[in-house]
Amino acid sequence: MRRPENAYKHYVKVRADFGFDGRIRPLLLREEDGPAIRIDRILDVRPAAARKAGGQGMRYVCQAEGRTFALFYDEPYWFVENERTDANDTNQI
Amino acid sequence: MGRVILHCDANAFYASVECLYNPAIRDKPVAVCGDAEARHGIVLTKNQIAKRFGINTGDAIWQAREKCPELVCVPPDFPLYIRFSRRMRRIYEDYSDRVESFGLDEAWVDVSGPDVDIREGERIAHEIRLRIKRELGITVSVGVSFNKIFAKLGSDMKKPDAVTVIAPDTFRDVVWPLPAGDLLFVGPATRRKLRMMNARTIGDLANLPDDLLKARLGKPGLMLKSYALGLDRSPVMRSDFRAAIKSVGNSTTPPHDLTAPDDARCIYSLLAESVAARMREEGLRARCVTISARSVDLVTCSCQRTLARPTNLSGEIARAAMQLFDERFSGELPFRSVGLSCSALSPDGAPAQLGFLGDEERRIRLEHLEEAVDGLRRRFGHQIVRRAIVLVDGEYAKINPVEDHTVHPVPFYAG
Repeated sequence: MRRPENAYKHYVKVRADFGFDGRIRPLLLREEDGPAIRIDRILDVRPAAARKAGGQGMRYVCQAEGRTFALFYDEPYWFVENERTDANDTNQI
Repeated sequence: MGRVILHCDANAFYASVECLYNPAIRDKPVAVCGDAEARHGIVLTKNQIAKRFGINTGDAIWQAREKCPELVCVPPDFPLYIRFSRRMRRIYEDYSDRVESFGLDEAWVDVSGPDVDIREGERIAHEIRLRIKRELGITVSVGVSFNKIFAKLGSDMKKPDAVTVIAPDTFRDVVWPLPAGDLLFVGPATRRKLRMMNARTIGDLANLPDDLLKARLGKPGLMLKSYALGLDRSPVMRSDFRAAIKSVGNSTTPPHDLTAPDDARCIYSLLAESVAARMREEGLRARCVTISARSVDLVTCSCQRTLARPTNLSGEIARAAMQLFDERFSGELPFRSVGLSCSALSPDGAPAQLGFLGDEERRIRLEHLEEAVDGLRRRFGHQIVRRAIVLVDGEYAKINPVEDHTVHPVPFYAG
């Protein structure tokens, strides 16, 4: 069951690369009706709780268009958490 | 080096997951409640804030609201809890392959090893506790001890988000002053009997003479005493261990109370059908039928009967259940919920004594008929074939005993 969005939680569409080793690497993301955003770098990948957005999953700390943000894969949904992430250099998406 | 066993217990599991997923309710009293419309309207779990209002698991929703009018009641999302349970298990499996789940929210982890003493166990427990908080966003209490029983006791002692160590050299000081009812498997009935023997604490139980315990409680009494003495040796099952099935059961809380024997007849035939179908699926037959019934005051009683021959026929199981019901329970109506389970299981192909009365052919025909019904239901859903008896009450006809009310066995004694 998909839980509702809130000020911190935005579901996104993701295009991802599924590697031979079973790892998933998100490449592109898009909010509903928004432009596609190419992910430039992934700084950190680990399971984590999304306290502000409400949820849990594999957290990808991503850099895109000069900003750093946390993208969560809470199977089967992807969402972006709009908050300062654990990485030091943070801006909001 | 002795055994080092952890028992991890997720605090207010369902409510914690709900609060994690819905930040807006995090600072409010929250209870995860069953569906009131379907009369499952009781509190399944509550968060710490709701607990402060005196809300208990098992309270009816109206009772809980009386204690706390601003209580937020949310419906359960079992698929999500199952996912969380699996994720917790994955974390435990980073520390040992001997992980035994006890329900969705509890598990024993055997971290024993050549270099692992109880202090190392405590360190691992803290690491698990922190990882679950960081990675899953919920909290666990962990008990660390040298057997499963004390590990479980430890996880109940400090909550939430805490670690309790019960070491071999100090367990008498820590465990023995606790009330006997805190010990696993000491329920209200056993507690009452122990009190009659003047045993109020776990220490009192440990010091009772064997013959007295055996006379009053039978063999389980001696088992409880060995638990109190820290002598439990039951192993933590390996991850890949599939516990042998000891019983197959179903229970249900129907849309309205059972007020007449005919209501019971209808529900027991529904339950018997699903239990028989599951036994056939597992290739089992049963010789013992147990029925249980819960009164409107939530008092549960049960009784059982041994059958002449092992069976997996729903008609025979339902008949045994109804005979038991007529003899033992019919004077106690109304009931809120009832259950049926089959035990003393043997494999399908095991040699069986045939009856002299020559009804074997009929039984084989019935078996084929029931298998055909199983096949239809697998393909077209449970409601495609129904017994006429369940159509007597329109509301009962909606119950799907197979998908809604499976009782999962808890394999503590296995092994």
